Amino acid sequence: MRDSIEKRIELKAPISRVWRALTDYREFGEWFRVKLDGPFVPGQVSRGQMTYPGYEHVKWEAVVQKMEPERLFSFTWPHPRTFAKVDQPVDYSEEPTTLVEFRLAIIASGTLLVLTESGFDNLHGDRRLEAFRRNDGGWTEQMKNIENYVAHEP
Amino acid sequence: MAAKRRTRVLVFAALGDPTRLSLVAKLCRGQPRSISQLTERSKLTRQAITKHLRVLESAGIVHSVHAGRESLFEFDPQPIAEVREYLGFVSQQWDQALLRLKSFVED
Repeated sequence: MRDSIEKRIELKAPISRVWRALTDYREFGEWFRVKLDGPFVPGQVSRGQMTYPGYEHVKWEAVVQKMEPERLFSFTWPHPRTFAKVDQPVDYSEEPTTLVEFRLAIIASGTLLVLTESGFDNLHGDRRLEAFRRNDGGWTEQMKNIENYVAHEP
Repeated sequence: MAAKRRTRVLVFAALGDPTRLSLVAKLCRGQPRSISQLTERSKLTRQAITKHLRVLESAGIVHSVHAGRESLFEFDPQPIAEVREYLGFVSQQWDQALLRLKSFVED
């Protein structure tokens, strides 16, 4: 068990196409299944409403972090997201947040996308995350022990 | 729901410390141990170890049981199993979203 999730996927599409699908708010909304109010702007809050069947009542809220063209798109979001109804204001600032990063690279077949979501150990702000990074080696090693234990003794 | 969320955060926070992880590593072998046993071969004082054990206890990762005059601490795998399950759920959501992205850009 780690405090982050990493996914790699090869997309048979040019990097410029993938970049647009990630960062154009309407295109993002298509595949992510969220109706966003407006374009992504670094440092600003992105708001919208999920369109995923069964989750239409869920509000989307994220803070866009970085947009480095055709390289990196990242945002933080309250996680676990409160399944708040749209007409119910919720103070997301009280929620722990995780960092979602999409990194792109050109490969022979098109584009490699690496997604990471990290900071599940993040309690208040980024101090926990920093602590985790500093202790990464030890943490990972120890988690293997725990994982083995939990896996063998359900 | 709120309580569960809180627990999850506590579990990650509790595990985000090398001393507490080493305590968990010792305790997860199954044998309940006393504070003295857990302090042995540690550079930390008994008080410091006790403080860390209380953090683990508040996340439900360890429980204290009384054995005569001593408190023994034992490992409870449940909270860590729940966190693993939660990460598995998030991971699955991403798998699905990325497949939708794949068909979106490859069409």
